[in-house]
Amino acid sequence: MTMPEAAPTTSTGWASALGRRGLSYVMPFVVVAGLWQFASLFFPPFLFPSLVDVFKRCIDILTTWSQLADVLATVGRILAGLAGAFIIGASLAVLMVRSRAVNDFLSPILTLFQGIPALSWVVFAIIWFHGIEPRIFFIMVMTTLPAFTFQVLSALQAMSRDLVEMVMSFRPTRAKLFRVMIIPAILPDILTAWKVNLGNASRVVVVAELVGATGGVGYELLQQQQLFDMAGALAWTLQLVIFVLIAQAVLSFVESIAFRYRAVSERSL
Amino acid sequence: MTPAAPIISLEQVSKSFGKSGAASAYVAVDRLDLQIVRGQLLALLGKTGCGKSTIFNMIAGLTEPTSGTVTVDGRNPFQDFDSFRGKMAIVFQGDRLLPWRTAVQNVELGLEMLDVPAAERRERALHWLATLGLKGHENDYPHALSGGMRQRVSIARAFATDANILLCDEPFSALDEMTGRALRAEFVKLVRDNGKTAVFITHSINEALEIGDRIVVLKRPANIAIDLPLAATTPPAEKEAIRHQIQTALAA
Repeated sequence: MTMPEAAPTTSTGWASALGRRGLSYVMPFVVVAGLWQFASLFFPPFLFPSLVDVFKRCIDILTTWSQLADVLATVGRILAGLAGAFIIGASLAVLMVRSRAVNDFLSPILTLFQGIPALSWVVFAIIWFHGIEPRIFFIMVMTTLPAFTFQVLSALQAMSRDLVEMVMSFRPTRAKLFRVMIIPAILPDILTAWKVNLGNASRVVVVAELVGATGGVGYELLQQQQLFDMAGALAWTLQLVIFVLIAQAVLSFVESIAFRYRAVSERSL
Repeated sequence: MTPAAPIISLEQVSKSFGKSGAASAYVAVDRLDLQIVRGQLLALLGKTGCGKSTIFNMIAGLTEPTSGTVTVDGRNPFQDFDSFRGKMAIVFQGDRLLPWRTAVQNVELGLEMLDVPAAERRERALHWLATLGLKGHENDYPHALSGGMRQRVSIARAFATDANILLCDEPFSALDEMTGRALRAEFVKLVRDNGKTAVFITHSINEALEIGDRIVVLKRPANIAIDLPLAATTPPAEKEAIRHQIQTALAA
């Protein structure tokens, strides 16, 4: 058993604690990168390319418009798919919470959708749709819709009845009820749903583009596989990883502003 | 002189929960007749679970009676729910403040529903917070306020809308004796000074005697056991007799 560290009291103490935390976060990545670089000295580039080559390919992607356009296309598809799934899912959740019959009807269907693999939706989309964008949008929506619906439904059901009753006692219009009560109450769960689905969507979009697109990160990964270009495969993968990290950071920033009302305990869990 | 017309009227009102007529149905209110005139401060007293809050919810329009008629200002508060916007305010047992709003934003809530312009809304909310001794805490979130302060915010929220009817469901029961007594005195003064009609639900005899100018004691299921007029000038000896009457009614 280890003893808990004493809380730093001076600004130098805080700086060193922050430095230690930063180091412990970065260290695993440094070790993995070091092992990769070490392996690149002994294996051919198509198996373990040098990190310098991967970095150069990343810069090349970001500075060449035609390649950057592929990254942006994928980002756009993820965001459009998530937005579509969220709007539809939130609407379904509202209907489900208002009507037991709708809930009883939709719940099993959404549960069934959750069991369908992403690749099956890709096949269905290719058969059902002609255009690339409708296909990918359909795949993105169908794979993230159940999670969004169930998460918003759960948030609506968990709303404090006492607070809803209090707001209702002022006789709000439906729009005001949504603005002053429902949206602020479910916002934490909505942001969590976006965070979870963002990761899922970035994985699904690659599969969708790999099979059914002529552009985007997934399509480019297919090209790298055919050329046996590991540096390119890594560089394209990193574009998606970086996007997910940036998007998660934006969501965390929104959380830090939107939830500043929350009490902070001096003793953490 | 003819008696004043009631502003709140319950005629043969019953409320049961569960399937009506079934053995499992629970009767909370049983053929209750109750009239409250304008400007009256009625203390509704009864044991826990006697149906006080159900009566409260029916007057507020949050629950529909199983049978009988509830009218407030001549209208049905459940069916004409929206027409009471700004005319009825409620102080609940708990403070029920929205945790994502500051004290002043919580007080502004009812005014937002009435589409009061933002500047006037803020001015009125600040006035009521200051009246209730919360100057300097306007921008505090509820978690940063004590229980007594939060309850003051909820009273300010009710008064800010300038509603004619105030419904209070044991609003001071969760507070300590000293804070509760101080807030009660403030509350009665505000009700009287502003000419409100108030229904004050309580299970405390002392609270009912301090607040009401009329005390209605309920039996279970809710129906009137005794109905006692009370005046500020009622001598202490008479108040003691009333207390004894209430205790006897509650024990029955």
